[in-house]
Amino acid sequence: MTTAAIEAAHEEQRKIANKRNAQALLGRSPQDTGASWFNYVFLTFVILVGMWPLYWAGVMSTWEGEDKIYTVGAPNVLPDFSGQGFLFNWRVITSQINPPGYPEYQSVDFLNSFKNSLIVVAVVVTATLFFCSLAGFAFAKLRFRGRDPLFYFVVLTLTIPAQLGIVGAYQIMERLGWVDTLFAVTVPALVSAFGVFYMRQFIEDAIPDELIESARVDGASTFRVYLSLVVPIIRPAMGVLGLITAVGAWNEYIWALVAVGNSDAQTIGPALHNLRAGSTPKTGIILTGAFLASLPLLVLLAIAGRQIVRGIMEGAVKT
Amino acid sequence: MSATSDAAAAAVTGTGATKVDARPRGPKKSSIWARFDHAVVPYILISPFFILFVAFGIFPIVYSALISFQTYRNEYPRYISGESQVLFTRRWAGLENYQKVITSSDFGQALFNTFGLFIFSLIPQLLFALIIASLLNRRLRAQTFFRVGILVPYITPIVASSLVFVTFFAERYGQANWLLGLISFGAINHDVVAGDPGTNVPGIDWRNTRLASWTALVIMINWKWTGYNALLYLAAMQSIPKDVYEAAALDGAGAWRQLWSITVPMIRPMVIFTVVLGTIGSLQLFAEPVLFDINPETGDGGGNRHLWRTVAQLIWRVGWKDTNFGYAGAMSWVLFVVVVLVAAFNAWLTNRLGGRR
Repeated sequence: MTTAAIEAAHEEQRKIANKRNAQALLGRSPQDTGASWFNYVFLTFVILVGMWPLYWAGVMSTWEGEDKIYTVGAPNVLPDFSGQGFLFNWRVITSQINPPGYPEYQSVDFLNSFKNSLIVVAVVVTATLFFCSLAGFAFAKLRFRGRDPLFYFVVLTLTIPAQLGIVGAYQIMERLGWVDTLFAVTVPALVSAFGVFYMRQFIEDAIPDELIESARVDGASTFRVYLSLVVPIIRPAMGVLGLITAVGAWNEYIWALVAVGNSDAQTIGPALHNLRAGSTPKTGIILTGAFLASLPLLVLLAIAGRQIVRGIMEGAVKT
Repeated sequence: MSATSDAAAAAVTGTGATKVDARPRGPKKSSIWARFDHAVVPYILISPFFILFVAFGIFPIVYSALISFQTYRNEYPRYISGESQVLFTRRWAGLENYQKVITSSDFGQALFNTFGLFIFSLIPQLLFALIIASLLNRRLRAQTFFRVGILVPYITPIVASSLVFVTFFAERYGQANWLLGLISFGAINHDVVAGDPGTNVPGIDWRNTRLASWTALVIMINWKWTGYNALLYLAAMQSIPKDVYEAAALDGAGAWRQLWSITVPMIRPMVIFTVVLGTIGSLQLFAEPVLFDINPETGDGGGNRHLWRTVAQLIWRVGWKDTNFGYAGAMSWVLFVVVVLVAAFNAWLTNRLGGRR
């Protein structure tokens, strides 16, 4: 009896309080709530943890030899710019010098693999943007027989793991004579199902049908419409897709390892792998390679981070 | 999307959302060209994509299925001859490779490792991502900085970051053991070894037990993907209507309660998406376990007892070290079937768990 009465009283009190606060509660969604100091501290911590490996690799790249790793007590976490540490490491990974006690990094020419990766990224990004936007435009805005089934097919393949075809792909490359050439890592990446999907979604929303219709009334051919009308409008989406494609191509590992692993066509992924291989790998050398390999994408993120973030968030919402 | 298209839409006053009729009505075009432009050009536009995609995306998959029914191997793989002696056998073998996959303990063990790593990495990863996303989903100063900042692991080459983590988890002088030593875990006493780097430091040997090696790998995986998933969750959270939260606040729900009772159920499609994506990704785990080995080129992977050897790693070993392509192809296909089943099961499970509220 008394319990119920107390509860009822509490309930009454709460209702009054709620009514009083109703006005204040508007605008109480998370987006409208100011972040507390805890938010900032926590997020800053998360970002520091995310950056730590790169920082550590950068630090190690300035150390000559391995002595500084073997410290007693707190680990050494500061770069050393006093000596020629970075120059020394650079010369080793580019095979200019081969100091005693170091393994012969014969299978690694870091500069060459850097160049190879740049070529691959440039070709892959250009081709992906062109082919995927063409197909995306056709799927979004043109009428042709079999359009919808073909598009569903593209969407379906998005869920197939890339590694499934690796054995078959290698045999095909061998038959074509492309193993250990840049063709092997470039040609299969020239198009992506995700690219077509992303472009189609963007074009569908961004370009009104009437606009294309009016261009046609003026006598523009389909390809003319693509070039003069579609391409200028979808430029931001192309930027986003280009960045995401570049990240993927630069970071390619398992396929690059089997297709060009030990050749002059070696890209960054297998080059780093080979720095790690061998009986006496040198930590400083490995991390110098890791640091240098990470730099281009880090620069890209610094310049175009906003677009990359937007691409990931937009692409996901539409999926 | 952009101001351009809005202006364009305003400039053109038309009705109906029908698809564009490809027939040009301009007076200058001949009708043959018009018909060509209408009927053939769309196929020309999609053909570069489909030709390349079928040749290098679909055909390899079909072809590896074909190879999986063959005995296709080098009779002198590196571990027998030690040299690059080559004698390829290639003949039909029926289900022999599949039988081997199912009965071999190697594959079973690799599947066990892959699953273990998948479960122990995906769950904490998505929980962390959820928390980070909900913290990002506030009125935040330097918003762009934080969003871009959490993407640093995503753009770091996976080989590069794995190599750094290998030094982090070194048994001697690794920072992980040093950190654990600070809280007297693993009983590292650097004073004992002062001046004698040869002494065996009694820290955790990260490659010696399954628990230790899995912990190290799970940390590597989650380091890489948590930020990315957080951005996906953030995207979904921002499309939740604000008045839902206002109503909840009126009923006295606190921030934590709001997260679990409103945010999570409302972003359920995205949670399912990340679970499926994460399943497909984790079951193909390759870079971290390979580079975690003392020497990724020799040995059979996953340490002496293959404690952390994953299926993808095993496929690589069997295909390109033992040059037994038929067996590797069969393993790929078994893995694929497992991936599909698990992804479907996870989607179903996530759907149900979310549905209970």
